[in-house]
Amino acid sequence: MSAATDAAQTAAPAGPGSSVGQSVRDSLVIARRNLIRMRRIPEMLLFGVIQPVMFVVLFTYVFGGSISIGGSTDPQLYKEFLMAGIFAQTVTFATAGAGAGIADDMHKGLIDRFRSLPMARGAVLTGRTIADLVQTTVTIVVLAGVALIVGWRAHENIGKVLCGFLLLLLLGYAFSWIGALIGLSVRTPEAATSGGLIWLFPLTFISNAFVPVTGMPTFLQHVAEWNPFSATVAGARELFGNTMPGVPKTVTGAWPMEHPVWASLIWSVLIIAVFRTLAVRKYRSAAA
Amino acid sequence: MPGAIYAEGLVKAFGDVRALDGVDLDVPEGTVLGLLGPNGAGKTTAVRCLTTLLRPDSGKAVVAGIDVLKHPNEVRRSIGLSGQFAAVDEYLTGRENLQMVGQLYQMRAKAAKARAVELLEQFHLSDAADRPAKTYSGGMRRRLDLAAALVVSPPVMFMDEPTTGLDPRNRQQLWEVIKQLVSGGTTLLLTTQYLEEADHLAHDIAVVDRGHVIARGTSDQLKARTGGERVEVVVHEREHMATAAEVLAGFGKGSTTLEQHTRKLTVPVTGGAKLLAEVIRELDIRGIEIDDIGLRRPTLDDVFLSLTGHAAETEAGEDDLEADTGHQSEKEAAK
Repeated sequence: MSAATDAAQTAAPAGPGSSVGQSVRDSLVIARRNLIRMRRIPEMLLFGVIQPVMFVVLFTYVFGGSISIGGSTDPQLYKEFLMAGIFAQTVTFATAGAGAGIADDMHKGLIDRFRSLPMARGAVLTGRTIADLVQTTVTIVVLAGVALIVGWRAHENIGKVLCGFLLLLLLGYAFSWIGALIGLSVRTPEAATSGGLIWLFPLTFISNAFVPVTGMPTFLQHVAEWNPFSATVAGARELFGNTMPGVPKTVTGAWPMEHPVWASLIWSVLIIAVFRTLAVRKYRSAAA
Repeated sequence: MPGAIYAEGLVKAFGDVRALDGVDLDVPEGTVLGLLGPNGAGKTTAVRCLTTLLRPDSGKAVVAGIDVLKHPNEVRRSIGLSGQFAAVDEYLTGRENLQMVGQLYQMRAKAAKARAVELLEQFHLSDAADRPAKTYSGGMRRRLDLAAALVVSPPVMFMDEPTTGLDPRNRQQLWEVIKQLVSGGTTLLLTTQYLEEADHLAHDIAVVDRGHVIARGTSDQLKARTGGERVEVVVHEREHMATAAEVLAGFGKGSTTLEQHTRKLTVPVTGGAKLLAEVIRELDIRGIEIDDIGLRRPTLDDVFLSLTGHAAETEAGEDDLEADTGHQSEKEAAK
């Protein structure tokens, strides 16, 4: 890039090869901006935490004694079975946050401002997803605390447990890219919020997250076991040491259920690759 | 050599609607072009094409000597954009907003910080620097928005309806800021629905309607096209109209028009105030009582009316091309 203009003189040197550096810098500037916003709108984080905490409490105490895990309705077993599912569902809610945030930026004209600046093309979206990842991490930490209070326990070493959480956060990060695409595609922030949430319910319920798939009709068992969401739930369960002796790894023989950690990684990376590409392309022509 | 902003045959269609239908523009360096037209005329679309936000279907655009279609990112280094659809983050403070924009213009954090302080000072926002922009008044927000567009002192500026929705005092203030800016040598393309604004700020005016530039020239040239000055007389008694018309015919440079119901007579003249005094004297001698008399110069409203055959429509909620492409919200936000 040539520094041909007056404007460029005040700018940092932008030689070839600095483009990765520029992407990182710009993304961090945008991430910082979004984190400042989150700090100034604390109710967003608050509601983001309250919802999953409610789910933990409701599922544990309402369903806990009735759902049979491997032939036993011991509430303690269900708690351990459930938590990976709730964690996973929580991280997917980042979708709605990213979507609403980006739709709001479009609505307010900020996306136009950013697109008229000589900044890295993907940075507005990357910055947003990074900020969402931070928010999701905070939510998960609080949620894990609540889970411990109600009696959830992990049975693996700390390294494995942390890997379990990283696997969950990676899924959340992947889903925030889906949210970014939704946010760029709808006309209002309200539409982005509902559009970001509605499909998450069937996605997270037709899975192994809240009940073992054994009780589902055969057709749904196939759907559930190939569901990317199930792979992460099963992967996290494995890394937390929360797999139940009475619950088979898989009932349909689906590959992702045999190797849930790998399957989860593959799914998440695949989602990021596809949706990041689509979202950045959409961003380039945003509102055009 | 083409000017700092140059466009040739720009065409952009949204579905069946040709928002731009072959627009040519040429703005010499250091001058101001006012793009004047009603809602939906294609002003915003033209600015979006020139500022790399929208790719035209065909045509050529060169800004600051750089081909907009071939090197959009280079163009972005040399332009500032403000107004209707550029915006500030309302949860960030004025300072944070400017710093962020500076960094995204690839300034180093420290330089961006220093520049933010300068701009806040220049735009009288220092006292509000550390308050979220949400708490700013409409005028303050516009100033912050303009400041954001000026972070790197770009040689070429675009302002899309910079004063839409501002009260007269804030509009005046913003005009002063814009004049200062232009006196520093910045090339500016400004869109406006306010004929007065174009008259006030622009060296040249291009009148746009339905995707076409239908007239261009200086404000005086455009006014000359609708004729020069006129004397308007309202007589007290209807029966005096004929005599008054006789008097006016002696001074006029064209035919006198009579409006019976308002008892108003209009005649084109040359000679200004001196002539007006003579007309008054003559009417007095003839014993014609008058309710009102004045020398009227054509406004750009008259220009617009005579060029397009319809008045410049400026009401909000107008069927509007730009709004159809998802920019309604920015207009709302601008209010």
